[in-house]
Amino acid sequence: MTEIFGKPLPVIMGQLLIGLINGSFYALLSLGLAVIFGLLNIINFTHGAQYMMGAFAAYFLLNKLGLNYWWALVLAPLAVGATGVVIERLMLSRLYKLDHLYGLLLTFGIALVIQGAFRHEFGSAGLPYSIPALLEGGQNLGFMFLPNYRAWVIFASLVVCLGTWFVIERTKLGAYLRAATENPAMVQAFGINVPRMITLTYGFGVALAGLAGVMAAPIYQVNPLMGADTIIVVFAVVVIGGMGSIMGAVVTGFGLGVIEGLTKVFYPEASNTVIFVIMAIVLMIRPQGLFGSR
Amino acid sequence: MAQDQYAPHQSRDDAAEARYHRRAFLVMMALFLVAPYVVYPVFVMKALCFALFACAFNLLLGFGGLLSFGHAMFMGMAGYVSAHAAKVWGLPTELAILAGMAAATGLGFLAGLLAIRRQGIYFAMITLALAQMVFFFSLQAPFTGGEDGIQAVPRGRILGLIELSSPLAMYYTVLAIFTAGFLLIYRIIHSPFGQVLKAIRENEPRAISLGYRTDHYKLAAFVLSAGLAGLAGATKAIVFQLASLTDVHWTMSGEVVLMTLLGGMGTIFGPVVGAFAIITMENYLAELGSWFTITQGAIFVVCVLAFRRGIMGEFEAWLRRRRVR
Amino acid sequence: MTFKRKLISTAAMLALSAGAAHAQISGNVVKIGVLNDQSGTYADLAGPGSTLAAKMAVEDFMAKDKSLKIEVVFADHQNKPDVGSQIARKWFDSDGVDVIVDLPTSSVALAVNQVAKEKGKAAIISTGASSDLTGKACTPNTVHWTYDTWQLANGTGSAIVKTGGDTWFFLTADYAFGHALERDTEAVVVKSGGKVLGKVRHPFPSSDFSSFLLQAQASKAKIIGLANAGADTTNAIKQAAEFGIVKGGQNLAGLLVFLTDVHALGLEKAQGLIFTESFYWDLNDKTREWSKRYAARHGGKMPSMGQAGVYAGVLHYLKAVAAAKTDDGTKVVAKMKELPTDDPLFGKGKIRADGRKIHDSYLFEVKKPSESKGPWDYYKLRATVPADQAFRPMEQGDCPLVKK
Repeated sequence: MTEIFGKPLPVIMGQLLIGLINGSFYALLSLGLAVIFGLLNIINFTHGAQYMMGAFAAYFLLNKLGLNYWWALVLAPLAVGATGVVIERLMLSRLYKLDHLYGLLLTFGIALVIQGAFRHEFGSAGLPYSIPALLEGGQNLGFMFLPNYRAWVIFASLVVCLGTWFVIERTKLGAYLRAATENPAMVQAFGINVPRMITLTYGFGVALAGLAGVMAAPIYQVNPLMGADTIIVVFAVVVIGGMGSIMGAVVTGFGLGVIEGLTKVFYPEASNTVIFVIMAIVLMIRPQGLFGSR
Repeated sequence: MAQDQYAPHQSRDDAAEARYHRRAFLVMMALFLVAPYVVYPVFVMKALCFALFACAFNLLLGFGGLLSFGHAMFMGMAGYVSAHAAKVWGLPTELAILAGMAAATGLGFLAGLLAIRRQGIYFAMITLALAQMVFFFSLQAPFTGGEDGIQAVPRGRILGLIELSSPLAMYYTVLAIFTAGFLLIYRIIHSPFGQVLKAIRENEPRAISLGYRTDHYKLAAFVLSAGLAGLAGATKAIVFQLASLTDVHWTMSGEVVLMTLLGGMGTIFGPVVGAFAIITMENYLAELGSWFTITQGAIFVVCVLAFRRGIMGEFEAWLRRRRVR
Repeated sequence: MTFKRKLISTAAMLALSAGAAHAQISGNVVKIGVLNDQSGTYADLAGPGSTLAAKMAVEDFMAKDKSLKIEVVFADHQNKPDVGSQIARKWFDSDGVDVIVDLPTSSVALAVNQVAKEKGKAAIISTGASSDLTGKACTPNTVHWTYDTWQLANGTGSAIVKTGGDTWFFLTADYAFGHALERDTEAVVVKSGGKVLGKVRHPFPSSDFSSFLLQAQASKAKIIGLANAGADTTNAIKQAAEFGIVKGGQNLAGLLVFLTDVHALGLEKAQGLIFTESFYWDLNDKTREWSKRYAARHGGKMPSMGQAGVYAGVLHYLKAVAAAKTDDGTKVVAKMKELPTDDPLFGKGKIRADGRKIHDSYLFEVKKPSESKGPWDYYKLRATVPADQAFRPMEQGDCPLVKK
């Protein structure tokens, strides 16, 4: 058997792929955070809870309305995005004149309420959500057995991330957005409704979290606490990538997933800490993050 | 997080302020001295530990303007170290607590070196991520006992004399530790060092232009705050004879922010009031499971949206208005 | 010192004279606290079902003996030792609770075990698993009722090695229970001539086992031993199917499987699993009668062995309280050990000096869907391990209570 540094190749490839799957979720989530931060200058602590809501939305759509995974992929992000719009209009919009830290604290509080309410209602054991029939089974790649569904997650996440990058960096709509980030007053003067743009941006970022939640449901179960710890890792991803950059969020998301996977092969004890260690190193060398501008 | 408390008539106000602090302190101490005869002592001890934790946190947030979202790492790590010192090394109780405090101070220095490189939101996220790193370390390091925690920690005796297994002896020891920590924080805030800290909070570039090396001041504040948070955590581990992951988890970092915010950040007594309010709530809601989390979150939202000065902040503002009239 | 002792003896005399009429029942009521996981990973196998079992025991006891006033309270320890020991302390100190029962999650059971000893109260552990509870952590205040990790390892481990499963890889929940189960099973595997090729510890609770399963797959071990419980076990089994592990020729051994887990998995996924339990509802007429009574009040769900153990343990505790005429924890537990046990669910048995309750242990296999005659008809009995061989011999446990 082929070996690299004393580890059989199949094991390495297997963990790399699993890292890529985890990375897909990191990328989707940190992308949403980056979009929101770009325009609102708020770190959305509710992001983990909204990711969880996406999974629950998929669960309800299936069990209450009989709508399958593919419907959920469209409807759940819309529903979660809509709740985001409500949160922005009712609460976040009151804080823009204050220190940005209040935004962090507010979204933290909202996250506690949402997670507590779901836990109260559904316990913390998790509800089952099965893999859509179309994606059951898997491929034997020779070095590992890759379940079809997990391959789909990597693919879908890449498409969504690149699509978002394209819209923001290469289209007119994206240009307005970027301009509003630089100078909202000027953009407003050109006749663009900036507050509405902010609301919709927040809704979009939140919808991305909801989408990640739907994709996660068949893998991680539907659990009220599924987002609570993930979000902290994603924060570290965002710090490493640098806050402003869309591409930075995507690349670091996937990259750190892969690094985490490799750590599981060579030094499993450190697999949970490796991202934070990298964060510490990046901060020492490049405090603004790998892709940060300032 | 700017504040607008210090207006003209500085000296007269200062005298009134000092008088108010003295009176409030005496009231507080009187309450604490009789508390164990009225309320379940373990409950008050827990609240006192958290009150000290919140005061230490407030030193950084309220007076240094730095929002750390990872203070649980100091509390939790100090708990582990003091529990380990008391149980495995067999150190006397007071030395075990000091060992915990020392560990937190050292950790505070390392974390501070990294964190103070960025401000505001970045600072919060970096402290949060560092705390999570400490959490995973605690989960895996052999000496912490992972999910089990360090159990059956001996309380021992204080100064080799008084047996701490008696609830009252333990209570007054905790009260003494709290009072010492509280007075130290008060002293720091009113020292020249504390004044510089406040200046940095209000306007860092101006402080720099006045020739202060603000990074050094911020780091010093961070380390002090970490060490005092460690004192609280070490004491708590001895009281409950247990050090566990709960105290290193990020929800604990959130809890101390909430205590400070609810009590009134940047006030002397606010964190104490906030800690007692939250712990009381926890006491009644804990058995209902998630309701505590929901209530906590709701209080967060209300505080941020409509009650940013907190309980003592509002109270002091009312006092000041009355004084002006 | 002498002054203090005098004080205590006066206090004791006062208590004697005041409580003479009601024997020595603190607060005139025997208060039973059910402390377990009410909403998390272990909520199905313990949770509200255990509270119901305790209440049924009280009702059945009261039907025969009305001399005691009994109350049942419950709380959620969230599988966290600090939460559990704080609730226990508060219950003992200020709420007048006399005995704490159930205690799933060994880390919490070990913590409460200490608190009960310190306060001189009683603890009857049913769903908690670690064999250390009657080993080096044993106390005069604890009875370990239903099962333990040594029993599981001995029953399942040796049976599997005998049928050819001689190379093992462990997937272990990273806390006291997983460690104890892994340790006890490894000892049995090695003793029966098998080999352990590797082990990996997963966080508790865990939702994604993919990376751990890949390591197990790469080890090429014939048996992947799941040293975990509840939702962790069911998730690991489901994901093993997703990664084609059983198709690849490796077998899973659930070292601790409850009836409720099999129910959650469904027979399709669970068929063929072999494991050890101390109780199954369909064992005999008495277990069937009681379990149907229980299911009727629990949404049609049959009891797990943990819930059955809570019933039997509380019943025996109350008998001991009545016999000893006191609810002093240390004295009642001594009485429980003195009286032989007899209840509809576990039959006749006894409690050893180290606190271990002794009864038969069973090796079950999960039926194929075609073999099942109806809902909850899940197990067939493969073997019965007689009571005197089912548990670790007392002298091997290092329990300080046992004189060598």
